[in-house]
Amino acid sequence: MIYDVLVIGAGGAGLSAALSAKEEGAKVLVAGKSYPTRSQTSMAQGGINAVLSENGDTIFSHIEDTLNSSAGLADKRVVEYVCKEAPKAIKWLDSIGTPFSRENGKIAQRKLGGSYAPRACYAQDYTGLKILHTLYDFSIKEGIEFLDESFLLNLIVEENRVKGATFLDIKTSQVKQILSKSVIVATGGYSKIYKDFSTNSSHATGDGLSAALRAGCRLSDMEFIQFHPTALKKSSVLISEAARGAGGFLINQKGERFVDELLTRDEVSRAIYNEIEKGNEVFLDIRHLGKEFIEKNLPQERKLSIIYEGVDPLKEPIPIKPAAHYTMGGIDVDENLETSVENLYAVGECANAKLHGANRLGGNSLLEIVVLGKFAGKNAAKSAKGSVVEDKFYEKTLMDANFIKGVFSFPNKIDFYEKRDFLSKIFYRNVGVYREEMGLKGVLSVVKQMQRELSFMGIKDKSPLYNTNLIEFIEFGNMIELAETILVSAISRNESRGAHFRVDYPQRDDEKFLAHTVTWKEDGVLCADFEKVKN
Amino acid sequence: MKIEIRRYHPHFEPKSIFMSYEIPEGLTLLEALEHIKSKLDSTLTFSKGCRSGVCGSCAVRVNEKEVLACEYRVKDGDKIEALKASEVVRDLIVDMKKPLETLKKAKSYLLEQNIVSMDEEDEKMTKKQSDCILCSSCYSSCPVFETNPDFLGPFALTRNYRYVVDKRETKKKEKIEAILQNGIWDCTLCGNCTEVCPQGIDPKTDIMMLQSWATKFGYQNPNIANFGSFGLDF
Repeated sequence: MIYDVLVIGAGGAGLSAALSAKEEGAKVLVAGKSYPTRSQTSMAQGGINAVLSENGDTIFSHIEDTLNSSAGLADKRVVEYVCKEAPKAIKWLDSIGTPFSRENGKIAQRKLGGSYAPRACYAQDYTGLKILHTLYDFSIKEGIEFLDESFLLNLIVEENRVKGATFLDIKTSQVKQILSKSVIVATGGYSKIYKDFSTNSSHATGDGLSAALRAGCRLSDMEFIQFHPTALKKSSVLISEAARGAGGFLINQKGERFVDELLTRDEVSRAIYNEIEKGNEVFLDIRHLGKEFIEKNLPQERKLSIIYEGVDPLKEPIPIKPAAHYTMGGIDVDENLETSVENLYAVGECANAKLHGANRLGGNSLLEIVVLGKFAGKNAAKSAKGSVVEDKFYEKTLMDANFIKGVFSFPNKIDFYEKRDFLSKIFYRNVGVYREEMGLKGVLSVVKQMQRELSFMGIKDKSPLYNTNLIEFIEFGNMIELAETILVSAISRNESRGAHFRVDYPQRDDEKFLAHTVTWKEDGVLCADFEKVKN
Repeated sequence: MKIEIRRYHPHFEPKSIFMSYEIPEGLTLLEALEHIKSKLDSTLTFSKGCRSGVCGSCAVRVNEKEVLACEYRVKDGDKIEALKASEVVRDLIVDMKKPLETLKKAKSYLLEQNIVSMDEEDEKMTKKQSDCILCSSCYSSCPVFETNPDFLGPFALTRNYRYVVDKRETKKKEKIEAILQNGIWDCTLCGNCTEVCPQGIDPKTDIMMLQSWATKFGYQNPNIANFGSFGLDF
């Protein structure tokens, strides 16, 4: 069996891509390590940006806000395309049944930080959940074929053209190949390197990015990692920006406000981090918004705060800290979302389409996965048409099967769970909202050491049946591979821009760094360079 | 404190046993499971995801009641087991294939793409039902599966209802027809599903509403003997 389009990752980007590829007449398979509705998209709360009427807001403002937030690293053509397509995307989501919140007979919109006007369409504070489930329902209707619980190992590439991918069947630990004329990687971001200091799902381990890196793709702008200002203090569970958008205050334990709550996320995160470094505690206070408003518009935030912090936001301010939230960097793609490997596409958080640049505007990630997801699906379906894949057993599949067999006999002398915790801590501390050369280089040497030690780590669970110990070990391997690219990029960028703030180079330096950081592997060695922004 | 977890592995003998674990105080069940896996026993197998109650990965049974592991605070002596009504793959992991197939059978989607003007009242009609996270807790709690394994189950019916009452749905009758067999009339209205839903959804009431929609379209409950009437309206 050879598919036209293999979509890897079943979140919002993957489903949007699959639906549009199918619409083009392609034979499509969606493979993912979990189930579609369990993906990261379900966690998006705030909203999806679109200018629905040019009455007070304009598409031009949406473009401007996105470019401002990007600090010079967005591609203007991509931004224009996405902002112009946004109203159509909302219309499409509406037509397939997305239960958006309504106001006066129209889809309701609210203002998020960094936006000129209220333009984030939402479904209470379950925007991602409801979009994702609607996409899933529609996929069932359209007869999209799913392959769940299949973990991406590697992309099969010959003569710089993709032929498919190898997967670990989680239920059996068997390695299998899936062949396809085009492949779309839509596997999500890599924030989970920060583990307990990240708002993300435990799945956000960057598997697609590291597979792409190994397959010869370039990763770009990997140092740009957005920290969300308001994660719960104990658990890093996210309290949506909607709470600040609606008028929530940030205060310290003395009740003092110390920052304009609606600045961009990086500015607010640094202000909060500074307060905490001074020994203060920081809280999000929404008490003044009132019971009725909170119950109607922020029910999830209230519930999360009660469960994970033991604090009822109706009565007390919520203890918070900044946490890794969104990774702007990703697999480098061109304006058609194709990678440097032919017929291989990437979309969503795992890709760098140059929409967000150095910092993402709130409400633009759900927009990206729908608009660019559909665009990727369409392009992949088209390029599948002229392509031939030989139906044979590829060498990569055998190599991966041998690797998995090998992991079962690794000596397991070093506990990777301990290393994983340690990695997250030193990343939060040194590759967090503030960075400086010494700290970054220190972390790099630790990461290099972990890479060397990997084959002395291993798994304790030796059963081939649904071995989550094995999965977590491979995820850890992926994360330390990506950690190096993040560090090398962050060390190379001797300036501060967007989410990347260097204490030793606090100024933005357009002369040297109005450029994308590009990393790739040559014979297993990581290389890095800068590429001037095209505009 | 101690908790007990029902371990299951089909290749071991016995296949299933309760094992006891010592865990620190004050953890959510998911944190406790993570603690056990990374520190005590790496073979413990369970699903996880968002750890904030929206992805539906981590539903299990504690003391025979369905909960999301990430939202539940562990108590001393708790007994943890996998969900019921689905095949257990290993330990706390169940195969979601069968439960998810009910969504297709129940035609739980808009039959035709449509845009109509909707206001807040229209939004309210589907607001609660569309909070569903497909954690399958309701499916596990449902006693009907013991006698009818082909029953569509609570979440698929709630999702069917969510689209039946959606203003954009124009083919409501076709939708109702999808849930007559092994569907609304098989439900015993015991209310277990409503009790365990972590999102506060009320499938029992949704099923009763679907029954009255079905009646409106001329379908009758086949389980009620109907002597003297003219039976089904074709």
